[in-house]
Amino acid sequence: MTHSTFRGSTAIVGLGETRYYKRGAAPDPEFKMTLDAIRLAADDAGIDVREIDGFASFSNDRNDPAHLAAALGTKHVGFSNMFWGGGGGGGSGAVSNAAAAVAAGFCEIAVAYRGLAQGQFGRFGQGSTARQVAGAAAFTAPYGLMSPAQTFAMRVRRFMHEHRVEQDAMKAIALASYYHAQRNPRAVMYGKPLSAEDYDNSRWIVEPFHLFDCCQENDGAAAVIVTTAERARDLKHAPAYILAAAQGTDYRQAATVHNAPDYATSNFKTLAPRLYAMAGVGPEEVDVLQSYENFTGGVMMSVVENGFCTPEQVNGFFALETFRFDGGKLPLNTSGGNLAECYMHGLELITEAVRQVRGTSPCQLPRDVNISMVTSGPMVQPVSSLILGRESNR
Amino acid sequence: MTDSLVSRERAHYLPAGLPEPAPYPDGLAREYWDATRRHELVVQRCNACRNWQWGPEFICHSCHSDELSFEQVSGRGRIFSWERSWYPVHRALQSGVPYIVVLVELEDAGRVRMVGNLLGDPRQDVVMDAEVEAVFEDHEEADPPFTLVQWRVV
Repeated sequence: MTHSTFRGSTAIVGLGETRYYKRGAAPDPEFKMTLDAIRLAADDAGIDVREIDGFASFSNDRNDPAHLAAALGTKHVGFSNMFWGGGGGGGSGAVSNAAAAVAAGFCEIAVAYRGLAQGQFGRFGQGSTARQVAGAAAFTAPYGLMSPAQTFAMRVRRFMHEHRVEQDAMKAIALASYYHAQRNPRAVMYGKPLSAEDYDNSRWIVEPFHLFDCCQENDGAAAVIVTTAERARDLKHAPAYILAAAQGTDYRQAATVHNAPDYATSNFKTLAPRLYAMAGVGPEEVDVLQSYENFTGGVMMSVVENGFCTPEQVNGFFALETFRFDGGKLPLNTSGGNLAECYMHGLELITEAVRQVRGTSPCQLPRDVNISMVTSGPMVQPVSSLILGRESNR
Repeated sequence: MTDSLVSRERAHYLPAGLPEPAPYPDGLAREYWDATRRHELVVQRCNACRNWQWGPEFICHSCHSDELSFEQVSGRGRIFSWERSWYPVHRALQSGVPYIVVLVELEDAGRVRMVGNLLGDPRQDVVMDAEVEAVFEDHEEADPPFTLVQWRVV
């Protein structure tokens, strides 16, 4: 194993989240919510928000660092960065870019953030209303293939075919998310339990995705603060050390018109070995997993490609019992995630991964959490992932 | 003839009003769309290493040659994946659901894949790996007119 100078050199020390809303229900504009999340994260860390000198985001976030810094009275900006790619593939990537900048000395305290008001700016789940489409979209949109759900259902169908996966595997993911959301008062779906029958009876969005296989569309903002391990020890909370980060994409995964050579994949096949090698742990040592759900089928492939079971084991392994925080073999999406807490583009999965390390989740595991993992953005390009741990694992 | 039956009952598989292909901004796909007007299916191919690629690219992704052509293929393929959409992602589809989109692998073109609709009953059982053939769907009313490539089980 190659030794990484990055491993354990930085930590997540502050978490900030606005209230989470249904799409269109936020009382504030996106920019204001983003400022709020960053201020809350600074308060949580116990630092003056003006000290933040690094900014990182993803998915073409509209709230650019220069204007955030001006609004916050930031003393100076040493690093500002956007992780390429749409969708949630950059959640872990934004955090790791912030951490890399801290480790390299470009800045000392960096924030990774995401602001999202789909009510204010339009929805992800709707196709283009343009009269004409050019480029690669000209080969899909005229046939009614326009939305993320449709783009990814095609990959998931192929994976199900190649490995004889049944619908119940995806159902288990939705049930776990709603199970956890019922204990999480932040969750938009708090107080709205989901039964297996509810799932079975829900309408199709695009086969093989039922309504409950699809993420929500929400308004809100979230932010996490990263600093050096040295600085982290003096702050309010026990640091969640960044033991490993990986980002990227496998061979020609962005080939257009669904022409990725390896098609039925979440795009974590080359990332996973790199991530585990840097952390110095394997999947059997992961205590809790937050796995980005644009759609349940992507979680299914991510869990497989990150080594938690083989494709052939999916039908037996994917069950609510496996994924519950209270006794499951692989506690999964313990805040409710994109499906049932809030679609904050997966940044809310990272705050939950940190809470599990701190011991402050509403669905806190009933045993020590030493290794807390996040995978961001299945089936998009690029994707990213993180492994967090406690002082004792550093 | 199935062809004429399909066209009499339903000239176009999906309702009017969806985005139309605009092939000209970068010129990359122009030959493809021009060929569909002649009811020919073409795929991009490298003159140097004979690699097939789809969608159209500026260089050969295999040998990096700039010398690329569009070569006519049989229009036969197999269903590599499929989906049935029930949620109207576009206002034009409010009355157009459900409908089936297939991803077709072209065996005589390096197994490149193309997207289209599967003609026939939108509630039909779709069989993975089923053999299909291209059907050209003309949109003469459009300005400019264009032709889509649909698929039919053989």
